Amino acid sequence: MRVTKWKPTGLALAAVAATAAVALAVPSAMAQRDPAYAAARAAGQVGEQPDGYLGFVTTPTPAIRALVEDINIKRKAAYTERAQATGSTVQQFAFTSGCNLIANTKPGEKYQAPDGRWLTRDDSPPLRNASCP
Amino acid sequence: MNESKNRARRRAVIGRSLAVMTGATALAACVQIETPDKPIEINLNINIRQEVVYRLDGDAKKLIEQNSEIF
Repeated sequence: MRVTKWKPTGLALAAVAATAAVALAVPSAMAQRDPAYAAARAAGQVGEQPDGYLGFVTTPTPAIRALVEDINIKRKAAYTERAQATGSTVQQFAFTSGCNLIANTKPGEKYQAPDGRWLTRDDSPPLRNASCP
Repeated sequence: MNESKNRARRRAVIGRSLAVMTGATALAACVQIETPDKPIEINLNINIRQEVVYRLDGDAKKLIEQNSEIF
């Protein structure tokens, strides 16, 4: 009797687990840049700053401004969570991420050099802060 | 006799003080320091930061990978 009672529960659990797996898999599969953001990046309108946030290379349209501000808010939330988990400050974690984000820029994309100039990434290594790994 | 002794003593004293004065002048020339117009700043921030950055690098890479839609 007990076994028959448990079987549906087990099935339900399996179903829940499967759903959870799909739910987990979907965001990573969907983890792509917003097309408008990707376009602004490719066009060199927005670029990576050494502080770990996006910046405007040229005066943005209101739509791009809103988009970038939204991404920066989400980045800050992510940095804040990781900073707490790693016992660092938000600024330290954001800076470390900035080092990586500048290193990850593709040729043609914009990034900000330590002196504040906006540079276009080419095949050579980007100019980064001396503290970057 | 006394006078000549006194003279000799005076000369010795003058000689000594001259030696001291020359010594002092020489020393003064050696340790002459120009005061800097800007305060001397020792920046320890960079090293501390670099250490922190190296420690956080792996976590930062993971965060970027796992949240690629905002990076």
